[in-house]
Amino acid sequence: MKLTRKDILGIKDLTVDEINLILETAESFIEVSTREIKKVPTLRGKTIINLFFEASTRTRTSFEIAAKRLSADTINISASTSSVVKGETLVDTARNLEAMNPDVIVIRHSAAGAPHMLAGMIKQSIINAGDGAHEHPSQALLDMMTIKDKKGRIAGLKVAIVGDIAHSRVARSNIHGLTKMGAKVIVAGPAMMLPRNIEQMGVTVYHQLKEAIKDVDIIMMLRIQLERQQQRTFPSLREYSNYFCLNKQNITLAKEDVLVMHPGPINRGIEIASDIADGPYSVILDQVTNGVAVRMALLYLLTGGKS
Amino acid sequence: MKLLLKGGRLVDPSRNLDEQMDLIVENGKILEMGKNLHHPGKKVTDTVNIIDLKGLVVVPGLIDMHTHLREPGFEYKETIQTGSEAAASGGFTSVACMPNTNPVNDTRSITEFIKKRAATCNLVNVFPVASVSMGSEGAFLTEFMDLIDAGAVAFSDDGKPVMDGALMRRALEYASSLGVPIISHCEDTHLSSGGSMNEGRVSTELGLQGIPSIAEDLMVARDIIIAGYTNTTLHIAHVSTAGAVQLIREAKEKGIKVTAETAPHYFTLTDEALKDFDTSAKVNPPLRSIADIEAVKGGLKDGTIDVIASDHAPHASTDKEVEFEYAAFGITGLETSLSLSLKLVSDGLLSLSQLILKMSTNPAKILNIPKGTLKTGFDADITVIDLKKRWTVDRGNLRSKGRNTPFHGWVMTGRAVTTIMGGEITYQEMT
Repeated sequence: MKLTRKDILGIKDLTVDEINLILETAESFIEVSTREIKKVPTLRGKTIINLFFEASTRTRTSFEIAAKRLSADTINISASTSSVVKGETLVDTARNLEAMNPDVIVIRHSAAGAPHMLAGMIKQSIINAGDGAHEHPSQALLDMMTIKDKKGRIAGLKVAIVGDIAHSRVARSNIHGLTKMGAKVIVAGPAMMLPRNIEQMGVTVYHQLKEAIKDVDIIMMLRIQLERQQQRTFPSLREYSNYFCLNKQNITLAKEDVLVMHPGPINRGIEIASDIADGPYSVILDQVTNGVAVRMALLYLLTGGKS
Repeated sequence: MKLLLKGGRLVDPSRNLDEQMDLIVENGKILEMGKNLHHPGKKVTDTVNIIDLKGLVVVPGLIDMHTHLREPGFEYKETIQTGSEAAASGGFTSVACMPNTNPVNDTRSITEFIKKRAATCNLVNVFPVASVSMGSEGAFLTEFMDLIDAGAVAFSDDGKPVMDGALMRRALEYASSLGVPIISHCEDTHLSSGGSMNEGRVSTELGLQGIPSIAEDLMVARDIIIAGYTNTTLHIAHVSTAGAVQLIREAKEKGIKVTAETAPHYFTLTDEALKDFDTSAKVNPPLRSIADIEAVKGGLKDGTIDVIASDHAPHASTDKEVEFEYAAFGITGLETSLSLSLKLVSDGLLSLSQLILKMSTNPAKILNIPKGTLKTGFDADITVIDLKKRWTVDRGNLRSKGRNTPFHGWVMTGRAVTTIMGGEITYQEMT
């Protein structure tokens, strides 16, 4: 099977078959990263541009390593300011890159929809590496891959996503992906962090951590963005960590074999206690490892590879 | 030069008229109306331009009481010339233009400039709306009396809502005492801050910050309460929510002197139009839910909403071809307003006469201008409509400089085919 779409913009657009294809392809790439010589010639002669308008360590490095292990040439562009401030429009930036004939452009942008706008204008494949609070498809795919690896399935599992859902692209992509794959998704956070009508995305809503994680198979903790305190998203870090920090007391409410996930970077002691982040339930570093494989799969499939 | 308009169906809501009649125009005024008129006036020797309008509808020239002409200051978006051409081709003979230009229309000289430029273009009557506050900054009132003398017909801080209730009270009292309306853009900017579309399921899914419907409802309620308390005249601009419709309906029942307008996009599109981040559908107030559309239609039907205005807001591609949240708010509307509104007639929601009431007679009444009628002696501002004409919206063919329409590619039924202002033909559809 081949992936016929030009771009990966969001999980919302993907079918269950496409998600399975990506996850299966990713599984086959896991082994590459364990070799002594971690490189295959699959994408030799291909050019991948990482166009990052927002700071990122994990995601950008992961895409770069994925491309390099497939022997593609990679270029990283970090534009620290938005296009508006910089004076050149995003469209012009993208058209200039298009003129240099890369094969894939991986873009991260603080504005929701920025990758979609580019996808409609330029001929190369676009991978959305995170657009505002909208989607972060490669993150949801690596999360699903991790769940599948550890649990053997996704369908039928209960997954609680906890934190600032309103500002989280990770939450949105996972809600789309996990519900498509048959999981039951719970979202939880203080009322200010839950966007209006979120239940219409097919999730159950809770406002207390303890209710949300009761008997769940997976807990996905989201990073609290400290700068949002000014925007009245929560009253204080103290209150948030007192009531929403996952720790060894409250985690006993979940299933015994619960998995703890986090897209990173973690705030130790705020949304997740250190002994949980480093403890036996945590699969946080497996997520990072699988991230490389998922991104290898995306680059491979978008440039015409077959499973 | 005289005009004899023969055989058309005359629809004039100003006197409940809807029947086939002829119309004679002389010296820019409506001279005579009747069945089977053969010679214009008494002097048979005068040159007469006879226009056969069989199968077409003749109505008082359409009035768009909410237009942004962008000049002075934003000529790259629109000029009074291009806006006038757009208005004429959309069937409008008069427009009221909003003051959010640069500089803001807050002084006599700007109002006079607009009037002068409009007279030079001579395609549409332009009635300037001056700002409520200096620079529309919400602090100090403008010189209402001087601005009215210069030609302003209403006051509005459109686009920058008056957040200070005390200032709004003073503005309503002053304007009412002078016989002109305040046009209020109702938006609580604390609630709407940072938002770029309607708050609801779609904004949640897109991860875009929402503008809640209550941001509009709250300010509609506030302004109605002030108008009731001070017994003044208030006009609510671009109603988009079910809540606002209900508040206005109740205010009217109580006898408060409030009128209201909506724009065609608020009864045509929902926030689903933004699903693919289409910036041409980004507008303020934002496109709302299907329930809001139904409520706006209900308000149009029962007369709660008096006026359909385009809220013509042209923008350049550089304002729109950017990331969604950075894109400017606004839809270019003069050339699609009538066709989208005619859909209300073909759908049976309004009679043709009720529609023309909302697009000509009522705006004239609210703005206190001697228009919106085909009575003899009035200016010969006339719009001829072909109800069956099918055409396709092509943003490349718009007269307006603004190409920002979400209706590109839509097939429309019905449009203005001839527009006459002061007895002169300002637009003639090619056949």
